[in-house]
Amino acid sequence: MAESGIGDVILNVDDITLSFGGVKALRNVSLDVRENEMFSIIGPNGAGKTSLLNCISGRYHPQQGRIRFDGTDVTRLRPNRRCEMGIGRTFQNLALYDHMSVLDNIMVGRHHHLRNNFFTGSLYWLTGARREELDHRAQVEDIIDFLEIAHIRKSVAGTLSYGLRKRVELARAVALRPRLILLDEPMAGMNHEEKEDMARYIVDLNEEWGITVIMIEHDMGVVMDLSHRVVVLDFGEVIADGAPETIMANPRVREAYLGEDSDAEVA
Amino acid sequence: MALSADSMRCGEFRTSYRADTTIFPTPMSRNFAIAGVLVLVLAPLFLNAYYLNLLIQIGYYGIAALGLNILVGFSGQISLGHAAFFGFGAFASAWLNNTTGLPVILCIPLAGVMTTAVGMIVGVPAARIKGLYLAIATLAAQFILEDFFNRAAWFTGGSSGALADPMSLFGYTFSTDQSYFYLVLAFVVVMYLLGANLLRSRDGRAFVAVRDHYLSAEIMGINLTKYRILAFGVSSFYAGIGGALFAHYLGFVSAEGFTILLSIQFLGMIIIGGLGSVMGTLMGTAFMVLLPEVMDGTAGVVSQFFPGFSQGLAYLKEMAVGLAIVLFLIFEPDGLAHRWKLIKAYWKLYPFSY
Repeated sequence: MAESGIGDVILNVDDITLSFGGVKALRNVSLDVRENEMFSIIGPNGAGKTSLLNCISGRYHPQQGRIRFDGTDVTRLRPNRRCEMGIGRTFQNLALYDHMSVLDNIMVGRHHHLRNNFFTGSLYWLTGARREELDHRAQVEDIIDFLEIAHIRKSVAGTLSYGLRKRVELARAVALRPRLILLDEPMAGMNHEEKEDMARYIVDLNEEWGITVIMIEHDMGVVMDLSHRVVVLDFGEVIADGAPETIMANPRVREAYLGEDSDAEVA
Repeated sequence: MALSADSMRCGEFRTSYRADTTIFPTPMSRNFAIAGVLVLVLAPLFLNAYYLNLLIQIGYYGIAALGLNILVGFSGQISLGHAAFFGFGAFASAWLNNTTGLPVILCIPLAGVMTTAVGMIVGVPAARIKGLYLAIATLAAQFILEDFFNRAAWFTGGSSGALADPMSLFGYTFSTDQSYFYLVLAFVVVMYLLGANLLRSRDGRAFVAVRDHYLSAEIMGINLTKYRILAFGVSSFYAGIGGALFAHYLGFVSAEGFTILLSIQFLGMIIIGGLGSVMGTLMGTAFMVLLPEVMDGTAGVVSQFFPGFSQGLAYLKEMAVGLAIVLFLIFEPDGLAHRWKLIKAYWKLYPFSY
């Protein structure tokens, strides 16, 4: 895997512990993600992968430890502040605005780039709100072209198929123009063809758009092919961290996650 | 087959983003709306005071109902205190005019701003609570404000009420139904345009995002607290404007008019019209205002054949409103706006409507 574009540490997770009552979802998790890296988190169900993502995006606040994004401590910041700093994400279970059109869903992703507000927005024609909306509409159309969803841009999001909704969700996260994007199982429940498409989009996002990607994924083939680096979580602890090849060879990982049968694919 | 310039168009094709973000989906629908307003401009020439009174009612209630629809239909919150905001706007405008002597045309928007402030205070709990709990919190606001209307004699005139001068502009007084109709019509057009603009721009989308999936709205950079309270603010602004128009029409404001019953009626208007639909709000308001009148008329005709029928009329009117809401909830939960869409789709495809 070419390591050419990879830069300095952009996200530093330092010794975080998250517990719900007596249950420790994450214990002393530390990891560094570098700029422009394609970083995957794998692990068995309930290992704490989504909890880790939720800590990074701000939905959960860890009881212990620090999270730094681009040098700034974001541990206590609300999700909307982190979004403004450049962290975008998609969800494991679809979280689109079901009654809005695909276009409006993606336009919501432009929220913190837009300056018009309830007052200037109401006076649409007089305050430049229209020009601003149209400028951003053009940018949203670029994303729509990139993700090949032009044919459904006017459809109501709730009426779309699962694979398309996943794609719209990705489009919405890309519209944030994040520096770091968190993808929670972007390929779950997709057929082979859809997975290939999605993999292509993710690689393009990483290589052409220069977005750092953190991905949770269960399809080992995808993870090993795409990632620069992989972290394995088990019972809330990091049990391995390294390049895909070393992860595949790690005996603890094979035991905890892949099973002794190394060809077993965990769906 | 080559397409010539004069070949018949088989659809509405937009060639610019600007044409794709208009308030009305097609030039045809926009022209119909303009024609509708023009017909209304001519209405006072043909309609007597009784019908004009009904149209004026639809106007000021319609403005307030649009506010409630922005809160309930678009931002997904609930308010059982909308009548209190409507009332506050009415008292505020009368008070401003009586104490400061500002012209009524300025008092109306200022009353809207004052009501916004009150609404945002009431909306503060919305940052924390949702659904039924929020409904109860706004119910409390309804009762607190009603009590305030009765006690704050300096502001409302207490239980005896307040006088509101008629609107006058450049020496002309809007004291007749005809002239006031034009004033209300202008306010309706402006407020509905502002509302439609709001809902197609950034903050309107944020309202809907908070309604549909608040967790992912927050991840998309939307400050939930701000937008929940802002929705209350915008909603009360519309209520305040509607209330102020009501005050200067009747010339007299008293607290009895702004009870929980009116709050429920506002909710009925937007449910019947269609939650989350701007034009539906106006349809729903017209329905709620006209239904009792139609019931009156029908009862009048029926009682010619069945004497004694008119005695039950008072009950019948209330029941008809309740029945209408129940029937709409069962058969057309998306309201008149949705039904209207279906009718348009039917005619578009006629006679091949299968």
